[in-house]
Amino acid sequence: MNMPLRKTETAMVLPASAAKVFPLPAAKRGTFASRTMARVRDVAAKLIPPIVMIGLLLIVWQILCSKPGATLPSPSKIWTEAYDLIVDPFFVAGPQDIGLGWRVLTSLQRVAIGYGLAGVIGILLGTLVGQSVWAMRGLDPIFQILRTISPLAWLPISLAAFRDSQPSAIFVIFITAVWPIIINTAVGIRNIPSDYRNVAAVLRLNHLEFFVKIMVPSAAPYIFTGLRIGIGLSWLAIVAAEMLTGGVGIGFFIWDAWNSSRLSDIVVALVYIGGVGFILDRIVAGVATIVTRGTAAN
Amino acid sequence: MTAYPYLKIDHVDKSFTRGSTETEVLKDITLSIEKSEYVSIIGHSGCGKSTLLNLVAGLLPVSAGCVLLENKEVNDPGPDRAVVFQNHSLLPWLTVYNNVRLAVDKVFSGTKSRQERHDWTMHNLELVQMGHAKDKRPAEISGGMKQRVGLARALSMEPKVLLLDEPFGALDALTRAHLQDSVMAIHGKLGNTVLMITHDVDEAVLLSDRIVMMTNGPAARIGEVLDVPLLRPRKRLALAADPTYLKCRQRVLEFLYERHHFVEAA
Ligand SMILES: Nc1ncnc2c1ncn2[C@@H]1O[C@H](COP(=O)(O)OP(=O)(O)O)[C@@H](O)[C@H]1O
Ligand SMILES: [Mg+2]
Repeated sequence: MNMPLRKTETAMVLPASAAKVFPLPAAKRGTFASRTMARVRDVAAKLIPPIVMIGLLLIVWQILCSKPGATLPSPSKIWTEAYDLIVDPFFVAGPQDIGLGWRVLTSLQRVAIGYGLAGVIGILLGTLVGQSVWAMRGLDPIFQILRTISPLAWLPISLAAFRDSQPSAIFVIFITAVWPIIINTAVGIRNIPSDYRNVAAVLRLNHLEFFVKIMVPSAAPYIFTGLRIGIGLSWLAIVAAEMLTGGVGIGFFIWDAWNSSRLSDIVVALVYIGGVGFILDRIVAGVATIVTRGTAAN
Repeated sequence: MTAYPYLKIDHVDKSFTRGSTETEVLKDITLSIEKSEYVSIIGHSGCGKSTLLNLVAGLLPVSAGCVLLENKEVNDPGPDRAVVFQNHSLLPWLTVYNNVRLAVDKVFSGTKSRQERHDWTMHNLELVQMGHAKDKRPAEISGGMKQRVGLARALSMEPKVLLLDEPFGALDALTRAHLQDSVMAIHGKLGNTVLMITHDVDEAVLLSDRIVMMTNGPAARIGEVLDVPLLRPRKRLALAADPTYLKCRQRVLEFLYERHHFVEAA
């Protein structure tokens, strides 16, 4: 019942990790010069293809949007119109006129709180649910239904409950990110090999020792799958939530730009959102590889 | 000798219930083991050897009868009955050293200082010749080395009974021979009480003081118990032509392949 779910969720993340290229260890050590050359060639092999692709896309975009009557701005137009936004992410020209870097940081702050809460509560709840067959049977269907609800659908409820936009936005992040963390943690706990349980039993580990020394490390790959899905969803949710709640976040900036017809600014903001989302995902994936090193391979 | 045996398995039955069907795996098992004795259990696959070992370990509850260690009933698992599992079951996120240290810290937290626990961990790793690999992770060492570490972990608990569940089953012949020699040497030095499961006749004869032969399941019983009156220390090569060795080997083979031929394996 849960395995297929985890599989689909893993599949959601997989494209990013499947595209990761692992550098092969050098077969034999050459001179310093030849090694540097090899390194340069390695980096070039990774960087040149995406750069070429982006260049081509920009050219096509430029051609398509340079025609008279084009509805969207071309790259060159964006560059001239949104020059201030592009070159200086951290300017402050007034209370509502600040660089996109500041706006992203504001949004990230909300994400940090909401996602942090989701992480802690998700892992604890997931552990509880994974431990007990009855908790699993009772709660799993509820989680499966709740997790399909769009983040924005929670917003009105959240606004009604908190009567303030800041905690509402944080709550939306929390409620969006928490389900995959709970579900994946629970699956991880259920999949702890019985051998490890036997080892713990022979050693007479108490509940706390078992949690810290066996459960968490053993379930870590699953937990991180949940955390990684969670951070992606959080970032999706905050942009949408901020469009409705206002404030200084990157989401509201897009809404504001739309209302004053600054299409070029919106495009720049989209680039920011994509970049930050990518970096967030890489950070969680990086932490995962460090923490779960050795756990998956056996 | 004391009035009661060191370890006694007393009229033990074990059945598993799955849904409404109950399968009787072990029937009326009675076996006494003396201190420092090396006893092997041999039988065809699926007859219930692991189940019996898990009953002694306390990892499974008995359906009837009881297991007595030093005349005290044991119902739950504990470090006084350390187990070496067939598939090593080292924790893959811990180094070799920390796998053993986890056990040492848990068992000797009240009685040994930090330094003593470190020394004891290293002592046990050296005992199985794994001191050199202490900082490696289980994934980085070979199957034989993993079993050595598993053995070190079990020995480090200073168990009253050492339980080995086909500890060399998954290893190639040469590695297996090395490990058997190590286990013999350790048993000779420390005088552990050992209950070992095996399906290898040579291994059983080489290592054991007594061989317990089990009939096929379901409801497996002890078919025969054979004394192996070979002097220790035993040398693998010298024994290969030893008449007593050959006779013991013959008896076990006869039991397994004539009187209790494993039908399903045909
Ligand atoms: N937890 C269990 N539930 C139901 N049946 C079991 C369980 N464990 C073992 N059995 C059954 O008990 C029998 C003996 O198993 P086992 O002790 O593992 O055999 P062996 O170690 O001799 O190969 C097998 O038929 C197996 O299917
Ligand atoms: Mg077995």
